[in-house]
Formats: sequence, C-alpha cells, structure tokens
Amino acid sequence: MSIGSVPFKFKVSVDPERCMVCGRCIENCSYGVFSKENERIKVNSRNCVACHRCLAFCPRDAIDITEKPTDYRSHPVWTRDVREAIFNQARTGKIILAGMGNAHPYPIIFDQLVLDACQVTNPSIDPLREPMEMRTYIGKKPASLALREHPNGDVELLTKLTPNLQIETPIMIGHMSYGAISLNAQTAIAKAASHIGTFMGTGEGGLHESLYPYQKHMIVQVASGRFGVDINYLERGAAIEIKIGQGAKPGIGGHLPGEKVCADVSCTRMIPEGSDAISPAPHHDIYSIEDLKQLVHSLKEATEWKKPVFVKIAAVHNVAAIAAGIARSSADAVVVDGFRGGTGAAPRVFRDHVGIPIEAAIASVDAKLRQQRIRNEVSLIASGGIRESADIAKAIALGADAVYIGTSALVAMGCRVCGTCYRGQCAWGIATQKPELTQRLDPETASVQVANLIHAWTDELAELMGAAGINSIESLRGNRDRLRGYMLDESLMQVLDVKSVGA
Amino acid sequence: MTAVQIDAKGLHYTPLNQKIRAAVANGAHEIVIDHVLGQRFIGDGLRGDGVTITVNGVPGGDLGMFMSGPTIVVNGNAEHAPGNTMDSGTIVIHGSAGDAVAHSMRGGRVFVRDNIGYRGGIHMKQYMEKRPILVVGGAARAFLGEYMAGGLLVVLGVSGDPPITERGLGSGIHGGEIFVRGSVDEMYLGVGARQVAATDAEKKMIEPVIRDFARRFGIDAEPLLASGYTRIIPASARPFANKYTWE
Repeated sequence: MSIGSVPFKFKVSVDPERCMVCGRCIENCSYGVFSKENERIKVNSRNCVACHRCLAFCPRDAIDITEKPTDYRSHPVWTRDVREAIFNQARTGKIILAGMGNAHPYPIIFDQLVLDACQVTNPSIDPLREPMEMRTYIGKKPASLALREHPNGDVELLTKLTPNLQIETPIMIGHMSYGAISLNAQTAIAKAASHIGTFMGTGEGGLHESLYPYQKHMIVQVASGRFGVDINYLERGAAIEIKIGQGAKPGIGGHLPGEKVCADVSCTRMIPEGSDAISPAPHHDIYSIEDLKQLVHSLKEATEWKKPVFVKIAAVHNVAAIAAGIARSSADAVVVDGFRGGTGAAPRVFRDHVGIPIEAAIASVDAKLRQQRIRNEVSLIASGGIRESADIAKAIALGADAVYIGTSALVAMGCRVCGTCYRGQCAWGIATQKPELTQRLDPETASVQVANLIHAWTDELAELMGAAGINSIESLRGNRDRLRGYMLDESLMQVLDVKSVGA
Repeated sequence: MTAVQIDAKGLHYTPLNQKIRAAVANGAHEIVIDHVLGQRFIGDGLRGDGVTITVNGVPGGDLGMFMSGPTIVVNGNAEHAPGNTMDSGTIVIHGSAGDAVAHSMRGGRVFVRDNIGYRGGIHMKQYMEKRPILVVGGAARAFLGEYMAGGLLVVLGVSGDPPITERGLGSGIHGGEIFVRGSVDEMYLGVGARQVAATDAEKKMIEPVIRDFARRFGIDAEPLLASGYTRIIPASARPFANKYTWE
C-alpha cells in the first residue's frame, strides 16, 4: 500500500494518575478503543470516533480526547479533509458514506440574522404575566369563511374545514425511522411528543406496535420504498407525510443495510430479516407534479379525507416553484428540509454539496405562496439544522408555521454528533439495533430530556416574542420586520426580504 | 343484502368509494359497478374478505391501492398502477393495464389477461406468509420487476409473441423472482439481475399460479405448463453493499 497510514482522527489518552482501571471505558466503548493489559488500560486511538461515551462514564475524569493531533502541512486548498477523502477513494474506489448533516463550513444564515426587541415606543410583553399563544395549527386554512346568522343570534359556519393538527408549541420532531434509530430512541421521542402536545414523524420504517399508544402524536411517513405501509398504518397516524426528498441527500434514495434489519425492524418494515431495505430515488408512481397530486389524493381517499397529508422535499434551487406545485396538489403542509438536515447515512458528496440552506428556502417558498395567493392552502414546516430556540424564532419570522427538529432531539438523549450512525455501533444506543447497545438508552429518562429541551425552547421562544411585543406564533409568522441582516449581502437580503441592521 | 349494483355514470371517485364502503359495511358480498369511466382509486384502502367487486368499464389509476382483502374483477382495461401497495386480495383485469402495475405490492394477486406498461411489479416485496403475485398474460414493457424485493412475477406471452422485448428487466432486483415463458435475450436484463432456466421443481412451484390464471380467463393451461421458463433472480441480495466506503 503506497499510501500507508494516515494520522489518527482522534487521540485518546488515559491519565494513569487518575485511572483506577475499573474498566468502564472498555465496557462502554463499542468501537474497541480500550483494552486491559498488565492491569493498565491500553488505548487504540485509531478506532475512536469521539462519541465521548467513555469520557461520560469514566468515574475519575481520566480520559481525554484530542481531535486531529497530527498536523498536515497546512494548505488553504488542499485541506486535510480533501486529502484524506482522496486517500480513502484511491484505496477503495468507492463512494464515501458519511453521517449527520452537512460538514462543510458554509456560513450559517441564521447566525447573520438578529431579532428585534421593544424599547420605549411600544411595550414588551411579560410572558410570566400575559398569555402567550404558543399553540398553532398545521393544515389548510380556508381563504374565506361563509357564515349564516340565525334569528336567535347564533352564527353557523357554512365553510367546510379540512383537518388540521393542533400543536402546543411550533416545535415538532422530524422523521427518524425505526431502523435508523433504535426503538428505545423512538419510544423516548414518542413519549416526549405526547407529553408536550406535539407530533413526531415515524420515518420510513413503519410503526412498531409498542408505539401504538402514542399514535395520536405520530405522523406516518410514506416514502419511495413504501416500507411498513398498509391501510392500518395510514389510519393510525394523526397525519400522513409523503417523503419526496431529504435535505442531507436531495435527489437520491436510501439504503438501510441488511445488518440493521433485525427481526423486529423486519417485522415493522414488513421485509425479510437481514435484507437491504432499498428506497429508490424517486417514487415510481410519481414522475410528475400531476402524479404527486394523485398520490396525495390516493392517501386521502384511502383514509376517507380525515387526515392531513404533508409532502416533504429537500430545499433545492427551485424549491419555491416546487412548493407552489405541492400547494396545489391538495397537500396540507409542505415540509422543506434544508441542506443542513441530518441523516444516518448519506454520500459525503451529497451531504456537503447538494441543496440550499433552510433560511433562504423558507423565505422564498413563503414569498412565492403569498404572491400566488395560496399561502393559506398549506402550512410550511422548516427543518434541517435547527439548533436552538433563536433559529426557530428566525425560521418562523421568515415564514414557517412550525419546525421539525431531529439532531437536537438526539443530542438531548446523549448523542455527541460523532457522525458515524451508518456503522450501527452507536455507543449511546440511539443509532443502532444491537440489543447490548440499545438497552443503554432508557426511554423514560431520555423522553424527559427531550421534553425538557422542547419545553425550554418553547419558554425561550415565548420570551423572545414577548420582548418583541408579539403574543402569538401567528403574529410572528412571516414577520420579517422583526429580523435584520448582519453582514449579509444585498442579493441574499432580497431573497430573505429583510433589511440590514441599522436600516 | 349480499348483492349491490352501483351506477358510476358521472360519479366522482369519492362518492363512488363511499357507496362501495357502505355496501361492504352493510354486508354485501357482490358489488357490481357499471359505467365506470376513468374513476381513480376504486377500492382504495378497502377492507373486506370475501367481497367481490365487478368493474364494468375502464377504471382510472391506482385501482385497489392499499386494498386489504377484496377481489376486483375488471371487465375492460385498467389505467396505471392497479394493485399499488396492495396488502391482500385479488385484482383480475380482462384486458391490459398501464405503467407500474402492482407497484410496491406486498400481498395478494394481480392477474392481467393481456399486456402491461412500464415498470410492472416495481419494488414488490414480501414478508413471512405475505408473498404478492403478478401474472401477465401478454407482454410487459421495460423495467419489469425493477427494484423487486420479493414476490413472484410471471409473464406468459400467451399469444405467442415474445413477452420481453425491452431492456431493464429486473434492474436492481434484490429479492423475489420473475418467470418468463420461453427464453430472454441477455441484452434485456437489467443491472443486478441474472437469468437461469427454470428447473422442473420450480415450474412445479408456479403451476398452481398458472392454473389459477388460466381458470380465471378461461384459457387452456396445458400449453403454458408444457413450455420452458426463464427465471430472473437477483445477482446479489445486497446490490449496494459494495458501493460505499466509510468516511
């Protein structure tokens, strides 16, 4: 091998002064970094993915992990990452598979938008004292209401309303399938969603029967592989989501490797144990926007027009025109997944280079729908790279009705964003199906953590809104006047429809 | 009440399906729908073992989608994707059908007397006792059995014309099997598919399926059973396993 070894990604060191050789690091590391030799802990740094499981469970704080301890000759073009990718592909001749979201250092637009607050001329609202309307509704809203007044003063609503989802916070949890994540992780999310009064997505992995008690808080997904989809599944969900694309890998399908298809996953997806679960790139009954309408109608017809149907797309160049087409397909919500969206596995080249940021996508979709006077026909759900409550406030001010979170819910359960979900070895019991690992995640504890996070973010959102003199999510929505761009270029500010700071 | 007649003339699919559901809920076993002209989604998501629906006319797309249990007999041609993501039951089409017949079908049987369009049986899948079956009496267009993950697909070419004359046969197939009466030119095979001659034991295995097909359309099964068959199977159950390296 003429390339030879490349430097470690991480260097693990154990402080012999502090280590008491209890072996917890050996038990906890699922990547085989630690072993015991001559009553000392021996380390193989090459196996480390920096998931911090060892560090989190070391009772003596004896473990230290350093990233990229060895320097390459620095070069602004030939970065370490591109050189290592070339070494990898020169050895294997294969597509590089990566995990989690976009790892390319693009500027984050959210971080260049600032929020407003009241001073003197209009009073801010104290959420402790005043009611804050954090509840919102996802689904079609009628363009107008037809009413009839009866002689006794009663007013009758003549307009037929379509089903909406009532959410107590504009934060929902996006689709992470059983298969991509463990049943314990899904259970934790389901409990949290039920507790908070919001919704979670099942992903394209069917609905495990142990989650039936939470089905009122589930959005069941229909993706190109149609795994786990039958009439019972469609009827169980509070809403149905057609997945067209995913921000982490727009334009391509998904492959759940056979190793992750254990007996239980196989039963929920309704495919044989150990077989690859392949979701093709397109839905093969959708080759046009008219076909999409047909699938939306078929799902509504199958469930007797009782369920809202969402359509999820990746944020790509023409996202606004595509979303306008979806809004006319009789879908009830469009989910736009930005290029920072997470994933268990995606080709690195897609994860890092395909798609556009959610901030620009939301603003342009909202603007297009308003221009065409069909904004009321669909709700707009923003997802992909929502990291904190400020991102949610900004996404809603740019035009979203609500957001989906994914990675942040996993981080709330312990995920350290090590990005090796595709290996199925997750030491935190989240992105794995190995029983010895999944049992590490207690669904009860993890659900409290996820609920805590959503609760805290909702409180922060209420504070941010109150400070800006806004007392309902509806009043924040599309309220771009409460945003200013900081060091954004003029063309991007035009897309976002925000003014510069100071303007 | 066991037999119900529905006139579909000028009727939108939603009220039509409401009538069908109401009839099934009232215990109907025979439902005859006349003057069907392009209504989509007939029997969509319908449950009902032992219910037979006769469709007189040409139904629109997604006939029997997500259907679980009933039998639909079409006296005419069908539009695209009859049997789409069907769970169980039977669809019998006395004519031809469009593209994506039996798309993602997971159980039950679809019989098409004549020809089908592109992507027939695409992504059919099976699980435990659920094994979907699609039998085509005539010929199939390109990409038959693409991404097939399970189930059984049989193409008979009853008229004597070759059943497969287009490319992409079984491309990406990673489960299930396709039987084509006669031989298949290697050039028509898709990526990831390979062909072998069906053995006598395998022919024996599909014999009941062919007899069922022949009986439903009143044709003689014997010449079909006497023929040789080509079996199209996955070259690998893991077609993508060697495509990736870890970051």
